[in-house]
Amino acid sequence: MAVLLIAEHHDGVLKLATLNALTAAARFDVSVEVLVAGKHAGRIAEEIATFTGVNQVLIADAPAYADQGVENVAALVTELVTTSAYSHVLAASTAYGKNLLPRVAALLDVAQISDVVEIISTSRFVRPFYAGNALATVESADPVKVLTVRTTAFAAAEKSASSAAVTALALAHETGLSRFVSADFSVSERVELTCAKIIVSGGRGMGSGANFALLERVADKLGAAVGASRAAVDAGFVSNDMQVGQTGKIVAPQLYIAVGISGAIQHLAGMKDSKIIVAINKDQDAPIFRIADYGLVADLFEAVPALEAALS
Amino acid sequence: MKVLVAVKRVVDYNVKVRVKADNSGVDLANVKMSMNPFCEIAVEEAVRLKEKGVATEIVVVSIGPTTAQEQLRTALALGADRAILVESAEELTSLAVAKLLKAVVDKEQPQLVILGKQAIDSDNNQTGQMLAALTRYGQGTFASKVEVSGDNVAVTREIDGGAQTVSLKLPAIVTTDLRLNEPRYASLPNIMKAKKKPLEVLTPDALGVSTASTNKTVKVEAPAARSAGIKVKSVAELVEKLKNEAKVI
Repeated sequence: MAVLLIAEHHDGVLKLATLNALTAAARFDVSVEVLVAGKHAGRIAEEIATFTGVNQVLIADAPAYADQGVENVAALVTELVTTSAYSHVLAASTAYGKNLLPRVAALLDVAQISDVVEIISTSRFVRPFYAGNALATVESADPVKVLTVRTTAFAAAEKSASSAAVTALALAHETGLSRFVSADFSVSERVELTCAKIIVSGGRGMGSGANFALLERVADKLGAAVGASRAAVDAGFVSNDMQVGQTGKIVAPQLYIAVGISGAIQHLAGMKDSKIIVAINKDQDAPIFRIADYGLVADLFEAVPALEAALS
Repeated sequence: MKVLVAVKRVVDYNVKVRVKADNSGVDLANVKMSMNPFCEIAVEEAVRLKEKGVATEIVVVSIGPTTAQEQLRTALALGADRAILVESAEELTSLAVAKLLKAVVDKEQPQLVILGKQAIDSDNNQTGQMLAALTRYGQGTFASKVEVSGDNVAVTREIDGGAQTVSLKLPAIVTTDLRLNEPRYASLPNIMKAKKKPLEVLTPDALGVSTASTNKTVKVEAPAARSAGIKVKSVAELVEKLKNEAKVI
């Protein structure tokens, strides 16, 4: 038996979430095979082959996978699983993994377990639900377990001294169901939110998008990423890929600084596993103070510049 | 064209649920229930498509207990034309729900199916994708913009790091992200009118679908509580604590 891990990559860059999912895949103590689907993805395949835990890399390099259209990739994964002896299919619980794996699971006629935070055995897993207010232990009787893995719950795999073999697959599934039109990525020179060690996040209390510059200056001092609550995104202060929460990104940095964020259930679901939480809010009764390790009741427009100065 | 919208009855998003003392699940007795917020966005999008003259009929479907009729009536009050309830008292996996929806799709033959991206109770984010797999339709998940033109639908999707637009052949499956629209409220006259709109009740058996599950929830626990923190008096004290006590900066 073996585990099939779906690698995620974009624009010739391996997505780091794949390395967290690799750690989870290696827990099953069987061979881990990593699938890289894409066009000209050879470099990605060679890169992932150098990480600890990878036994083999399968590369499907065909025009059908050029834009990694989910319908085509799901057909590819399904064929691989039905023709080989895989016990588990894994992907990181990112927008890519969440889009792909349920389609694969349904094609295989098995249930899927989303956002796994703990692997108890080959068939027993823990996952949060109700916005992280409850943890379910689930036992699966499916012949193939299809799992998405919460990246913050597993450390990233390390580089290995050796390199796994890379095997090319001659499979091309062109379903013709969808066509890539365009992509628009927000340009950011900062560390990615989901792998940042420190995150400075702003909420409705920031008042405007321009005021996020205050947080950016603090983030620059700390080498941190900048996040936001849904209220700040809905108010149009910042773009929604910065949103931390149940419906945005789930993060668990060493330090999370919540500025002008009240602490709604939806937001806490995305950050309450952070090691240290700091809250800066002028409302001393804000729910965020109930989970903050360090709380400062203050006007953020005074406290944030003072924080920036104190870090100089 | 006909649009099918799936809605789910869930615990209201403002409610903080409690895990039962016997670890069998969460306590839903006397808790306020509502339509899943992402499903509200799905209904709204369908209604806007009808207002634009793109959709001709909106059929709303829910799979759940008898009480889910309340959520179907809400959708009817918001502008759906008729409703279908597939009645099932048990808790179903996303796969079972997708199979039931597939049976409804086969029966209704919609050109577009709109679902929420995830239900805020199970947090699975699976049903739309599974339905797309079972129907062999294209899927436009996490949609922030939907534009139907001819035999295609262009869906702009929220993805990590930005947005992506894909063009799907109709019929297709779309799941909604928060950014897609701002759902309207039902007016009192429309709530009254909705009571007269048709609501058909079906069963999984009548649809010929088995809802047997291969997954079993062994136990449900409350997550570890964070230990209470402290309030600091100044920025200087905060920085000192972060440096020397927490050692995170």
